[in-house]
Amino acid sequence: MTLVEDRVAAPEQPPPRRPNRLWALLRNSWRQLTSMRTALVLLFLLAVAAIPGSLLPQRAISAEKVNAYFVQHPKLAPVLDRLGAFEVFASVWFSAIYLLLFTSLIGCIVPRLRDHYRALRAVPPAPPRHLRRLPQYASWSVAGSGDARSGGGDDEEGTARAIAAVLRRRRWRVAVRGGTVSAEKGYLKETGNLLFHVTLLAVLVGVGYGAWYGWHGNRLLVGGADKAFCNTLQQFDEQGLGPRVDDGDLPPFCLELTDFKASYLDSGQPKSFSATVRVDERGRPSRSATFSVNSPLRLHGANVYLLGHGYAPIIRYTDRYGKSLTSIAPFPTTDAMLTGEGVATFQDVNIDPKTGKRDPNQQVAFEGIYLPTMPDQPPYVRSVFPAERSPGLMLIPYRGNLGLEAGIPGSVYQLDQRQIRTGKLKQVGDGKLLRPGEKWTLDDGSSVEFVGSRQFVTLSVRYDPGEKIVLVSSALLLVGLMLTLTGRRRRVWFRVLPADPSAQSPAGGPDPDRAADSNGGTAAPDPALSDPLSESTTARSSFVEAGGLPRTDYSGFAEEFNQLVAAVRRAGTQEESE
Amino acid sequence: MAALSDQLLVVAIFAYLVAMICHAAEYALGNRAMVGRTVVRPARERVLVGAGVGGAGGTGPGAEPPRVEKVPAADVDRGPGRAALAGRIAVAVTVLGALAHLGVITTRGIAADRMPWGNMYEFVLSVTFVGATAWLVVLSRRPAIRHLGLFVALAMVLLLGVAGLVLYTPIVPLVPALNSYWFVIHVTAAVLSSGLLLLAAVPAVMYLIRNGYEQGKRSFPYTLGARVPAAATLERLTFRLHTFAFPIWTFAVMAGAVWAEAAWGRYWGWDPKETWAFISWVVYAGYLHARATPSVKRNVATWIAVLGFATMLMNLFGVNLFISGLHSYAGVN
Repeated sequence: MTLVEDRVAAPEQPPPRRPNRLWALLRNSWRQLTSMRTALVLLFLLAVAAIPGSLLPQRAISAEKVNAYFVQHPKLAPVLDRLGAFEVFASVWFSAIYLLLFTSLIGCIVPRLRDHYRALRAVPPAPPRHLRRLPQYASWSVAGSGDARSGGGDDEEGTARAIAAVLRRRRWRVAVRGGTVSAEKGYLKETGNLLFHVTLLAVLVGVGYGAWYGWHGNRLLVGGADKAFCNTLQQFDEQGLGPRVDDGDLPPFCLELTDFKASYLDSGQPKSFSATVRVDERGRPSRSATFSVNSPLRLHGANVYLLGHGYAPIIRYTDRYGKSLTSIAPFPTTDAMLTGEGVATFQDVNIDPKTGKRDPNQQVAFEGIYLPTMPDQPPYVRSVFPAERSPGLMLIPYRGNLGLEAGIPGSVYQLDQRQIRTGKLKQVGDGKLLRPGEKWTLDDGSSVEFVGSRQFVTLSVRYDPGEKIVLVSSALLLVGLMLTLTGRRRRVWFRVLPADPSAQSPAGGPDPDRAADSNGGTAAPDPALSDPLSESTTARSSFVEAGGLPRTDYSGFAEEFNQLVAAVRRAGTQEESE
Repeated sequence: MAALSDQLLVVAIFAYLVAMICHAAEYALGNRAMVGRTVVRPARERVLVGAGVGGAGGTGPGAEPPRVEKVPAADVDRGPGRAALAGRIAVAVTVLGALAHLGVITTRGIAADRMPWGNMYEFVLSVTFVGATAWLVVLSRRPAIRHLGLFVALAMVLLLGVAGLVLYTPIVPLVPALNSYWFVIHVTAAVLSSGLLLLAAVPAVMYLIRNGYEQGKRSFPYTLGARVPAAATLERLTFRLHTFAFPIWTFAVMAGAVWAEAAWGRYWGWDPKETWAFISWVVYAGYLHARATPSVKRNVATWIAVLGFATMLMNLFGVNLFISGLHSYAGVN
């Protein structure tokens, strides 16, 4: 991304050498890669490559949607999958584009950093021969000062030094060479530009560092001390660790959900959520903390975010031998009104107390739908309000082998459909709707009771050490961007000449008409201030010409130049009157 | 208050519509005058066009190339006078429209008791208001670009019409996810930058048309360029507006990232809205780089800016209406 116009000096051509083909190829490839045109093409490719990531479901965001896509498009999906279309932002081609882009960026900013460092140390260049050919030009005469008596050249130098002082006060970088003044301003533009590009690299470093050393886990947490959760890998429902993190690196802490509050509008739209937890961190006293959607719980080395919530119905099953077991299983929500669907399984039931033998075909499970607020009329399948106004639990009992011993991993929110298909697990009787406290006796004399419910929250526990790097770099990036977009590099030159036309600059000097105009217009010295030598000083009055060159697109430069010239002339007059 | 807000919306749309008609009248009256001149003195017209082309080539700072529509004083034609009157009326009505527009937003905010940027309807209202206000500010500084008003008013009428007819949502309080002070910061920056980029797209498109016109193209879209300001002026205006809007857009994305960290646990997650914000940012960055590179032609650079605006539109309409993601606050069914 080399800006040709900002180069201080073109690098010198190396002496002609016998061309080495490989070297030439490498050098030309590098030049091609670091050229602006290539960078623009890569930028454009980056934008195009990001599009499929927004149109196709992504595994990193929602694996379920990707699975659904596979079901809907069984032929297309595997092809897309091989192209990495479901993991666009981790795919080889996306990485290739941004890595090439950043290589191009480095190849561009390193020489520019060097050039800018030199430019910062260099003095502004000597004025061009023809100031009048610059976009901005002005000229005027000044009367000679008392120093004129000391003779040749000093007077011009004095005037030049006075001009330089004015420019320095206005924070120009100034160089005085004899009777000429060179000044430059707006270095911050390039400084900001380089800052912007360097911080862009720093953002990438921060993102990479966070990906390597960060981790996250998701967890559904049911209220109550018996359901507390401790931060170890096994306790997460789903987790992702960076390549440089293992289980032992997770900070030890435990959370217990003690309270959850939600408020809703009459339409069911949520107004606020807040979860209260008891936090136990190693080496610290146990404390209570409340957090909500936009204010996460910040712990040492981890942040806990509230993602969602729902209900876990408490179901007590009393088997035919009179033994009771209680299930507090969370029912994940399926809609905005918090209808929950889940299962309650009772593995160790119907054990004959005489033999003490467990019959794997007498296990019991219930498929259920939990409605925090039942509709007034059947069907009782969807809740009509997210808070528990009139809770109801629809249960369908199953008896048989649950298939949990087989060691095949399955969802804890669904019954094993294979067992149902093969007839090992059978539905016994139709479903029944229970209200809190209601009891239902099944055909074999066992009973099930809907005791009540607890709330659950879904949490995301995360740690990203790269965040601070990214934040600081982004802030600096913005500063750099503002500097480079508002900054304007410009140069001005002043040349002080003896008014004697014969001593004027070899470049033809000022236009006599113009000089006369300027002189008549303003800076004629007050005769009263002239000393007795005034006759000779009028002959020694000098002529000043000024030229200005904006080095970047800057429409207001004419105005600034005119103000600057006015300030220089004003200062000149004041000095005379002192 | 809610009803008042809805009524004011009709007033605002109507005002912009009137402004559009007045601008169109100015355009038409001016055109007739020019058509007349072309018939009478075809040779002179060609000379003027030639001068315009030559002037556009040399872009010294502040040097405005002579414009085709400059009518010599000798041309006694009531057209331009009436055209100027229509133009001035158009600007006055635009000011009224913008005031009504401000009223729509304010009353809606009072009725909802929050910042009026909670759903897509309110977002479009705010973005267009920023666009209209920025237009009036730019116009007050450069009265010569008044002819662009026709296209600004057209964009206003279209977007507000879509907002009122398709996106309209009754007032509801914010969902908890939006209940944060970052809501004010992030959405304000997004509204401001979107409004400015919306306005910046107008001179960008007009530059492309005018540039073609100055190169002698006389087929349909280029004929629209007959009476707009010179290509170099339009191009510089396009660049200035983009350099103003781009840092705000950058800030909007960054503020969104900080908020996302607090709300969703990560500062960047390639949510569809984030992805398209990234795409827009990359394309606009490409425009600024192309603009700063002498070897890239100005019309190529401006095409990139227009493409950037297309990605903004995709982010606003495409992502909100057709793609589900975490930013699904549009409230449009």
